[in-house]
Amino acid sequence: MELCGAKRLGYFGRSQFYIALKLVAVAQSGFPLRVESINTVKDLPLPRFVASKNEQESRHAASYSSDSENQGSYSGVIPPPPGRGQVKKGSISHDTVQPRTSADPQEPASPVVSPQQSPPTSPHTWRKHNRHPSGGNSERPLAGPGPFWSPFGEAQSGSSAGDAVWSGHSPPPPQENWVSFADTPPTSTLLTMHPASVQDQTTVRTVASATTANEIRRQSSSYDDPWKITDEQRQYYVNQFKTIQPDLNGFIPGSAAKEFFTKSKLPILELSHIWELSDFDKDGALTLDEFCAAFHLVVARKNGYDLPEKLPESLMPKLIDLEDSADVGDQPGEVGYSGSPAEAPPSKSPSMPSLNQTWPELNQSSEQWETFSERSSSSQTLTQFDSNIAPADPDTAIVHPVPIRMTPSKIHMQEMELKRTGSDHTNPTSPLLVKPSDLSEENKINSSVKFASANTVDGYSSSDSFTSDPEQIGSNITRQRSHSGTSPDNTAPPPPPPRPQPSHSRSSSLDMNRTFTVTTGQQQAGVVAHPPAVPPRPQPSQAPGPAVHRPVDADGLVTHTSTSPQQIPEQPNFADFSQFEVFAASNVNEEQDDEAEKHPEVLSVEKASDPAGSLRVAKTDSKIEEKTAASAPANVSKGTTPLAPPPKPVRRRLKSEDELRPEVDEHTQKTGVLAAVLASQPSIPRSVGKDKKAIQASIRRNKETNTVLARLNSELQQQLKDVLEERISLEVQLEQLRPFSHL
Amino acid sequence: MAVCVAVIAKENYPLYIRSTPTENELKFHYMVHTSLDVVDEKVSAMGKALVDQRELYLGLLYPTEDYKVYGYVTNSKVKFVMVVDSSNTALRDNEIRSMFRKLHNSYTDVMCNPFYNPGDRIQSRAFDTMVTSMMIQVC
Repeated sequence: MELCGAKRLGYFGRSQFYIALKLVAVAQSGFPLRVESINTVKDLPLPRFVASKNEQESRHAASYSSDSENQGSYSGVIPPPPGRGQVKKGSISHDTVQPRTSADPQEPASPVVSPQQSPPTSPHTWRKHNRHPSGGNSERPLAGPGPFWSPFGEAQSGSSAGDAVWSGHSPPPPQENWVSFADTPPTSTLLTMHPASVQDQTTVRTVASATTANEIRRQSSSYDDPWKITDEQRQYYVNQFKTIQPDLNGFIPGSAAKEFFTKSKLPILELSHIWELSDFDKDGALTLDEFCAAFHLVVARKNGYDLPEKLPESLMPKLIDLEDSADVGDQPGEVGYSGSPAEAPPSKSPSMPSLNQTWPELNQSSEQWETFSERSSSSQTLTQFDSNIAPADPDTAIVHPVPIRMTPSKIHMQEMELKRTGSDHTNPTSPLLVKPSDLSEENKINSSVKFASANTVDGYSSSDSFTSDPEQIGSNITRQRSHSGTSPDNTAPPPPPPRPQPSHSRSSSLDMNRTFTVTTGQQQAGVVAHPPAVPPRPQPSQAPGPAVHRPVDADGLVTHTSTSPQQIPEQPNFADFSQFEVFAASNVNEEQDDEAEKHPEVLSVEKASDPAGSLRVAKTDSKIEEKTAASAPANVSKGTTPLAPPPKPVRRRLKSEDELRPEVDEHTQKTGVLAAVLASQPSIPRSVGKDKKAIQASIRRNKETNTVLARLNSELQQQLKDVLEERISLEVQLEQLRPFSHL
Repeated sequence: MAVCVAVIAKENYPLYIRSTPTENELKFHYMVHTSLDVVDEKVSAMGKALVDQRELYLGLLYPTEDYKVYGYVTNSKVKFVMVVDSSNTALRDNEIRSMFRKLHNSYTDVMCNPFYNPGDRIQSRAFDTMVTSMMIQVC
């Protein structure tokens, strides 16, 4: 009693109890009853608690109080006391509980173990426990008891900062008292065992007792996560798992698990709840992870902790890889109070929760997948929505939302680049095409956002990436419209058809781009030149041709400087041709060289000098031939106004070709007239005044070209708007139909 | 939104029934009970074809002036009945379907629990949580 005379705490902490036990052993073994003797005696015989329980109590109290004075000497004491405590309780009945009601919170293990461990077995555990101090938990006990007691005392008093730490763990730190846990007193969870758990501790854990009578489990030493499974616990769980299912990667069927957990004597309702929590993938079977989680929850429940509503993170099914590594690091069940394992689980668990988080995400995502329509309003599962949308797409190539964006954009990019390379002038009339050419996701997002805003369909905010699709579709549509050139309306109504043709569009655009590359400097007001119309362009666009021709036909070179300025601004054929018409109208007698010159000027290839009208004649001849050849495939009504949108350039060209043709015919017919015309042209530049006129003519031509292009632009934009509207309407319809498709 | 949710077993006894306004519960119970006749009627009408083709969602069983009753039946003849407030005009058919789907999923999860004996009352907390979420959704 002297030793415990100074009852610092007024009650017995767990470690104090352990020390008391040890002191009892010391006393019983005949050693002087001093605290120091505890440490000196390495192999203390197990205290015999045959004497009256009260006696033992008093002795324990004495030892405890003495312990409070000498915390430092507890290094070797603490490990055995837990075991002893457990055994002691086993031998001592609940009488001990009463005087130690205050200490009960710290001895969660013992009551639990008591019913299970028969007294005969206790000596075994004691011996094992006694070996532990020799094994040496030097550091932990020191660290433990110190903070251990003070918080405990404070917890009792109910006011302390330390208490906060412990109380933080009060919700269920799983006291691994399932089966004769050799609780290490320093563990924080000890304190968290509140008196409430005491009553539950008396419940018999038949499940564990039968199989794990000699196993010692370490209490979860998690300061931050009360639900963590320690290594020993996990090892124990794994062993249990093996008894049911030898394959660690296999499943425990529900019925077997039911029987197993029913042995724990928990109410079925709680077991049902535990199952719901632990069966993460809801497959009716438990994997190793799930089984450990369920076991852990049962343990916690047994210790009096309420079951959580949601599965704690540390209990979430982890990747099996991590488990295996963890199991390897697990200490053997019986021995292993080294401090490192305590740290091992905490180190393991941080990584595990992170993995666990992915799992719940995956699970949630799977759940969301399954409940697709319900989550349609949430933008979280965006990717999944898109993948859900994807199957609806006729184009299997565009399955994933990301590819949906990327590939068309790439296509667009390539097309745009090719177009750019082909034509020096970007297409002002097709902003949509220009946008993808920028090829930035932001652009896509912007456009998609724009589209989404325009899209008033509710419940489909997920169509962010989806909208990029229609954008691409729209662009494809416009592009293809321009491609087809003939009937824009045909391509407009069905947006899906253009979608599956990204490659097609690309190829087609490539073709056209090729043609465009030839026609450098040509200003394609339209999106893409009409395929049939392309040939004429390159041919006339071979304005270098004229240069070639010129030197070739180096003749009486009527330097048509005037014509050269005319050539400069004249880029589009139609403009040229319009000018040409003007010229033809104005200068009927003008040499045909002028006309001829205007043709090559389509390319805005400036040849400052047009050598001679003969050259021009030659050029015109060549060009006429070219154009006749080209115009043959492209026979469009001549009277078509330039206002026809996509075919406009084509028609223009064609018209120009047609105009050229008659002019060519005229030329052929009236070579003289043409020659005269040509001659007149050269005559123009000859005189300075004529130069001025030529300049003015070129200016006029440019203006006309501008107006034509502007008209084209407006028309194409109008088409674009129409296409967008169609897309919106179709999307609305699609979304309306979508919910029904899920039933 | 849903004022009352009930899960009826094959033998037409309730496995789970819960109402939001705790008063007038009896009224809802009665409504659910009477709606069972409508459910059977619909099931028998559609059941002549293959059961697979039978739609699980039964739709609006019958409307009263205050409430609308929707039905859903599983392939094991377990019926879900939902009573919603008529004033809740924002409720579309899709949403009702989605709610029934959620109910079905949760019911399946309950069934998967080996500790659940088919035919017992559903006492799963997860199921309760889900139903609560449904009943408090838009309100």
